[in-house]
Amino acid sequence: MHHTTSHENHALHDFREESFSNTIFGFWLYLMTDCLLFATLFCTFAVLHSQTANGPTSVQIFDLKLVFTETLILLLSSFTSGLALLASLKNKKSQMFLWLGLSFILGAMFVSIELFEFNSLIFEGASFQRSAFLSSYFTLVGTHGLHVSFGLLFLAVLIVQLIVCGITVETFRRLVLFNMFWHFLDLVWIFIFTFVYLMGVV
Amino acid sequence: MHGEPILEKLQKEWHGTLNAYLIGFFLSLFLTSLSFYLVINHSFEGSTLIYALIGLGVLQAIGQLIFFLHIGQEKKPHFGVIALAFTVLILLIVMIGSIWIMHDLNKRVMNMPKMNMETTK
Amino acid sequence: MFGRLTTDAFKHEASQNAAVFGMIVTGIALIFLITYFKRWKWLYHEWLTTVDPKRIGIMYIVVVLVMFLKGFADAMMIRLQQVLSVGDSQGFLSAGHFQEVFSAHGTTMIFFVAMGAIFGLMNLIIPLQIGARDVAFPFVNALGFWLFAAAAALNLVSLAIGSFARAGWLAYPPLSSLQYSPNEGVDYWIWIVQIAGIGSTLSGINFLVTILKMRCPGMTLMKMPIFVWSCLCSTVLIILAFPILTATLFMLAFDRSLSMHFFTTDGGGNYMMYVNLIWAWGHPEVYILILPMFGVFSEIVPTFSEKRLFGYASMVFALIFITFISFIVWLHHFFTMGASPFVNAFFGIMTIIIAIPTGVKIFNWLFTKFRGRVHFTSPMLWFFAFLLNFTVAGMTGILLSVPPIDFQVHNSLFLIAHFHGMVIGGVLFGFFAAFTYWFPKFTGYVLNEKLNTAAFWCWLGGFLLAFMPLYMLGFMGATRRLDHYEADTGWHSLFIIVAIGAVILFCGALIQFFGLFWTIFDRKAHLDQTSGDPWNGRTLEWSTASPPPVYNFATIPVVATRDPLWTLKHAEEDPQEPEYEDIYLPKNTAVPICMGFLSLIFGFATVWHIWWLGALSFIAILLCLIIRLSGKDEHILITAKEVEKIETSLKNKRALNASYHLT
Repeated sequence: MHHTTSHENHALHDFREESFSNTIFGFWLYLMTDCLLFATLFCTFAVLHSQTANGPTSVQIFDLKLVFTETLILLLSSFTSGLALLASLKNKKSQMFLWLGLSFILGAMFVSIELFEFNSLIFEGASFQRSAFLSSYFTLVGTHGLHVSFGLLFLAVLIVQLIVCGITVETFRRLVLFNMFWHFLDLVWIFIFTFVYLMGVV
Repeated sequence: MHGEPILEKLQKEWHGTLNAYLIGFFLSLFLTSLSFYLVINHSFEGSTLIYALIGLGVLQAIGQLIFFLHIGQEKKPHFGVIALAFTVLILLIVMIGSIWIMHDLNKRVMNMPKMNMETTK
Repeated sequence: MFGRLTTDAFKHEASQNAAVFGMIVTGIALIFLITYFKRWKWLYHEWLTTVDPKRIGIMYIVVVLVMFLKGFADAMMIRLQQVLSVGDSQGFLSAGHFQEVFSAHGTTMIFFVAMGAIFGLMNLIIPLQIGARDVAFPFVNALGFWLFAAAAALNLVSLAIGSFARAGWLAYPPLSSLQYSPNEGVDYWIWIVQIAGIGSTLSGINFLVTILKMRCPGMTLMKMPIFVWSCLCSTVLIILAFPILTATLFMLAFDRSLSMHFFTTDGGGNYMMYVNLIWAWGHPEVYILILPMFGVFSEIVPTFSEKRLFGYASMVFALIFITFISFIVWLHHFFTMGASPFVNAFFGIMTIIIAIPTGVKIFNWLFTKFRGRVHFTSPMLWFFAFLLNFTVAGMTGILLSVPPIDFQVHNSLFLIAHFHGMVIGGVLFGFFAAFTYWFPKFTGYVLNEKLNTAAFWCWLGGFLLAFMPLYMLGFMGATRRLDHYEADTGWHSLFIIVAIGAVILFCGALIQFFGLFWTIFDRKAHLDQTSGDPWNGRTLEWSTASPPPVYNFATIPVVATRDPLWTLKHAEEDPQEPEYEDIYLPKNTAVPICMGFLSLIFGFATVWHIWWLGALSFIAILLCLIIRLSGKDEHILITAKEVEKIETSLKNKRALNASYHLT
């Protein structure tokens, strides 16, 4: 390992600081691509939502109480992840782990409820193969759920890294990126529960 | 490592506060509950309800953008805001354009007659 | 165990067998050569694990050249079939095989030749032109390349194992649905395009951040070279358009593999939605391809006119305007699908409007040359080829943008002639211009001008002969993608002329490849004897050695004007002695090539329904990512002393090169 002089430290310091802000912006741009991805799926849902092929309609299959529960759980998870980031700013590790752990549990609950919902729909005969409406519903909501699942994987790996390496520039950066991702997914969910579930029942 | 100078600098410069997250959370909670309440209680008629839901959804999205995602609080130039604005613009064009086009096409093009809409499986 | 893969997949028609045999022989020969010259370690350390965009750019170009051969071969087969298959003769390709050939031709040319060309150029030129040492995300950039290469490899595999899609380069349902394309062909197409598309999206994000955040001090947005501006706009389009393609391809895949009903003829599916979505991506895609090439010409024309670019601000505004409007024209690709006159008219008018900023750019290039000292070097010759062919094709585009006219010639050879004029006249000639212009920068050798000129004449003449008759054929009623036609149509003689044109184009391509080899073979005669600036350039890349050192610039330049090198050359003060500093660069990594290879496996497994292999490779990809995204950031350090040593040796080498001129 190089024994760096203070001059070298300065060059590396600038390089890493620039790298941090570039990574945040780059990840933001990735979230913009995700916006377009979800927009395409939303758009397809909008075009196909009335094509029920004489099968189950949205009014028949959506359980608003379940959706409300899911929504609150995800919102809470988004909130606790923010609290975790705040704790990391002050290097309060045990608080950070508490909030991160809660975020994970809440996120896992969200995915479980969604899987349960999908499973019961399929058993009732309202599978994604039944009609264009159901195909687009499962794909839109399922893509969001898949993103949440990847987020949980991201979070699990991050928690391990935080335990092993503590709060470093790298782990802090990844915590920030996780937060951005997690908040973004809650943002997309707003549009899902509004346009898919709530309007589906109206 | 604890006390790495660059980490301290980044932590100090970060722009989230507890107040922001609290406001964001309770605002979202309120708007969500209101949306569900309106639908479950059939508070409005048809299109009014739809506009109300859209309005509430957009408000909550903006709230979460500001309070959770700290939009607009980065250093100048605000490339993040510009990126978001342009993305939303294009997104709206593609979505509204597609819905307009498909609605127009569905009206004019002979679709499969209704009785044939059953899945052939 | 092997899904639906059987030995039948390896049986092909004779011509395809010959191609596969050729591929295998070439592969074995390459492996033999590398082993014989003991270059495996060098290959691994210098190329396969590199994160240096200069190296990645060269690798992009290598893949582009290989895929160009494949796409060109497909084109020759189409021409040959259409000249033979008239009246009683059925040509030499079966109908099904012909459909695979034209589908492969389009897919290869757009996704691998054209997209590869622009990413290759971005990698090579952008960091140097903005005075940066590197790109923003070296790992992501490398990953983007290896995904591109994996998709190209999958494309070549599809030639050898099984058959390719028969539904055209955009695979419209219901033809591409499971019902009408039950075999692996469309699945190959889906995953080839999907993997390439994800690579493109990642690279697009990387270059947008690079351009916005890593310009050298003093280089404001309005002082950047126009090539960089054009790439900025292109990456914006990539970021916003490619996700539409990603989503649409997934939906088609779900229809085929999971029996969903997005675009099926039953269950409420709406296949018009596919056409709508694919072109909502597809139109921005063609602007993604052409904008960097406009940027290339904006560099070449001023350099070889010894005059600064006319109307810089209007060029920028035109680029931004095109970027925005390109999202509001997409319906012009399906005027005939049945939308109402109002909808058609709206998009027709938008299409006419988007031609205006392009016209502005063309006039600006012409005004740049006016009263300049024009040098007719081969890059400039390619500009003239572009000027003629792209502009004519662009005008036929205006014709096509009028819905009633489009109704007459949609999907006829008129359309084929139009878009080939745009893609060959614009993208390909732009690439040739860029290749001949910047080749000396990255190799230290200037391509043989005589051969370049001969190639130019072949391409210009060949293009006119091969594509102008297609406009006539289109008016005469010839549809696209015909594998056979009747003798009494009167088309045969025109198809013969077109085939002759194709042969001339082939000669042009041959001359270019030969020229490349000749330049390397006779390198002493082609040595760049200037200090890395053979064209008397105006922008920062010409201030470095040829090839540039790994860190590009020993000291980050500080600029104050546009065309900063021109300003420096005509400055009154002597350049100061540079103060060298330590340089940090990212470390090489094997993760991108691993992930690329695993993506190839994943794509292949998914196509052939080898689900266990698909799942395993996907998990392995995730593991690669997790490993990469754990642990500390690592760099290599080049100390100030080492930088000084490298710079001194480069100076000596330049002096030596210059001295060759005297011997």
